[in-house]
Amino acid sequence: MQTEWPHDIYRELVAAGVRVVGYVPDAGHKRLIELCHEDRNMRAVPLSTEEEGIGLVAGAWLGGERSVLLMQSSGVGNIINVLGMVQVCRFPLTMIVTMRGEQGEFNSWQVPMGQSTARVLEAMGVAVRQAGEAQTVAGHVSAALRKAFEATGAEAVLINQSVIGIKSFQEQRSQ
Amino acid sequence: MSLHRREVVKELLRERKDLLVIAGLGSTAWDITAAGDHDLSFPMWGAMGQAAMMGLGLALAQPKRRVLVITGDGEMLMGLGSLATIGVQQPANLTVVVIDNERYGETGMQRTHTAYGVDLAGVATACRFKNATTTMKDLKPVRELVYQTPGPNFAVVKVLDEKLPLVLPPQDGIELKDRFRRALRV
Repeated sequence: MQTEWPHDIYRELVAAGVRVVGYVPDAGHKRLIELCHEDRNMRAVPLSTEEEGIGLVAGAWLGGERSVLLMQSSGVGNIINVLGMVQVCRFPLTMIVTMRGEQGEFNSWQVPMGQSTARVLEAMGVAVRQAGEAQTVAGHVSAALRKAFEATGAEAVLINQSVIGIKSFQEQRSQ
Repeated sequence: MSLHRREVVKELLRERKDLLVIAGLGSTAWDITAAGDHDLSFPMWGAMGQAAMMGLGLALAQPKRRVLVITGDGEMLMGLGSLATIGVQQPANLTVVVIDNERYGETGMQRTHTAYGVDLAGVATACRFKNATTTMKDLKPVRELVYQTPGPNFAVVKVLDEKLPLVLPPQDGIELKDRFRRALRV
């Protein structure tokens, strides 16, 4: 299961000058979260709900710092209203979202939000990029970061469940 | 309770020096504007529940500046989890002040949870804020928290449930953001 794509994302974050990383954990983001915590030049901020990440990103930008958010697709449902502020104020936002409710999902409760993630984001003005293969993840993240920071846009990269490769509850637990 | 919210906020922002200010939506955004609009104030018109997290992001980005979040009890109640998140990060330069009238002032003065005894300073203490206090009259200790004491700090100021004339800040979000960054030179 261990591929290089979490390292690829980390390298893109460093290259883009990202210093604050807000996250709600997901098994798919496990390695990337570790890399961000290990980097002394980054502040990895665990959030109690994804919604807090929007305030974090906006506040950091007011203070001149670049940040990103890591979350699972279910977390997208927790940020809908506050995405309004991102749109109205044009805060640069990059969200890297690991998908649930797609290929090989073992938990039916994850399916409704997983199936709606892209549409919900687009409805709130966030541009969505789908990373369907491990080798395409870095390119999507790089493009999203550039557009977010240089054209002050709101961007989401959805990393498909086929890339993450977890197919059972047991596998996730044994990570 | 005898304090008037406009006088409280004016006193907290008196001689604000290089203080950075975030105000939660509704009455506290009008309060900071009544005290004098400022390029280094960011009054929120939406995103209810996110004022404290905006303060955290700003405090992490600007560790050498003092950051003050002024918000209402209803707004704070919507983002209680953010107090736990701030407690983990321990920003020494952040103070959150809740102007607590125990009412949802913009929607018909309905009672909030604090009217039933929910103790926001107690929540902040449990979330590892360095200092957390509730006051009904004396603002001097609150000013000390805002301008001097290493944080994270939290203060609840109980105020009268007055209906006051609106004093509106600029509404253009891009302008509010840009003027703040220009003034900070970032």
